[in-house]
Amino acid sequence: MKIIADTSVCVGAGQCVLTDSTLFDQSEDDGTVIVVNPTPETDELRAAAREAVHICPSQALSLVE
Amino acid sequence: MTEVVDQKVSTFPLPRTCPFEPPAEYRELREEAPISRVNLPDGNQAWVVTRHEDVRTVLTDPRFSSDRNHPNFPVLVEGGRVIDDFSASLISMDAPEHGPARRAVVGEFTVRRMEALRPRIQEIVDHQIDAILSGPKPADLVEMLSLPVPSLVICELLGVPYTDHDFFQYCTSRMLSRTIKPEERRDAFQKLRAYLDELVTKKEAAPSDGDLLGRQILKQRETDKVDHRALVSLAFLLLIAGHETTANMISLSTVALLENPDQLADIKADPTKTLPAVEELLRYFTIVDTATSRFATADVEIGGVTIKAGEGVLGLGYSANRDPEAFDRPDEFDIERGARHHVAFGFGAHQCLGQNLARMELQIVFDTLFRRIPTLRVDAPIDDLPFKNDASIFGLHSLPVTW
Repeated sequence: MKIIADTSVCVGAGQCVLTDSTLFDQSEDDGTVIVVNPTPETDELRAAAREAVHICPSQALSLVE
Repeated sequence: MTEVVDQKVSTFPLPRTCPFEPPAEYRELREEAPISRVNLPDGNQAWVVTRHEDVRTVLTDPRFSSDRNHPNFPVLVEGGRVIDDFSASLISMDAPEHGPARRAVVGEFTVRRMEALRPRIQEIVDHQIDAILSGPKPADLVEMLSLPVPSLVICELLGVPYTDHDFFQYCTSRMLSRTIKPEERRDAFQKLRAYLDELVTKKEAAPSDGDLLGRQILKQRETDKVDHRALVSLAFLLLIAGHETTANMISLSTVALLENPDQLADIKADPTKTLPAVEELLRYFTIVDTATSRFATADVEIGGVTIKAGEGVLGLGYSANRDPEAFDRPDEFDIERGARHHVAFGFGAHQCLGQNLARMELQIVFDTLFRRIPTLRVDAPIDDLPFKNDASIFGLHSLPVTW
């Protein structure tokens, strides 16, 4: 699995960071997503990545499985 | 929009009749006609969208506009819109203006930035609870805790002096009321707007990086894009959006948790359950049901219905959050639910800017309130409490508590 983020549509809601702060962070400057770990290794982390994609309000996140 | 009132359909927004249940019509609509035409108080019509999936679709489709200045934007208050100039406000912008404008300020509301505010919020909450404990019984929780906490937090963030808070609370509650005359609402709006204009002018004379307005001013000067009006709009939006909403969630959630003592005991025993409980409380009450209104800028087909260009749409968040297709046992309050895909903060590019501030305030309030006043109870039958059944933001006018 690979996490892809499109910062041009990200609105900085921070839902991904709340989902898992080892996978996602936010830019201090404009709040947009920073993918800290684009390749989640465990089932738990992969489930978190899927949840983050599902709840992202701006659909800035996608997965390549 | 069609100007003919159809006697066969209801006029929205519908008042709440039970503090814990949506109007019965929501379920009927979801099951029988999930996207339906309804009447609005001003005599126009609009579509209501009731299913979770469809509400998310409307809120992410760029063919639906948030431009609240546009004559096609649905007006939900009799007598016309209260706020008649949204031209510089984030909530009223569409792409491509909205993205850059939001990104200019959303850095102030990141999860990490909010986390840095935690000690100060804790201090504010503790101070208010000290006042409750040293005051007479019963106490009004709305006056003593729900209103002052978010007001103090947002004012701290913006750098608004506390001596002006009574004025704010008075103006914001009048602005949002559906029971006073339109001209009175407009008057409250104008007073608040004038005050914030003055505040921004004062900050511009001596900007400090210790508050959000100061930092925005310094940032604007770096890029040479100084915009006084946009700052006044931003200050106004943050105060309005951050104050009464959080206040109502504190009051309602306190009632819900006291009504569910087993779940409250779980939170008290294990503070890691508080944040998931906050998420469930947000879903369960969905206090802002119709802020997610839009109008179509092109013909759009959703769920087999064609919404024509120019027609208004109300995405009913409260209905979406009780949709059995999206949530198991949707009408049950269950802090173990773990369902974070609710739309209580909206969805799409406009999803609540201050949502992580709200989550933290609620988390700190519940962790502190029930720990410091373990015998807290509501000092009236639930049915007698003054719920804001017909307000734009659902909540409680007052909440007598004792301990």
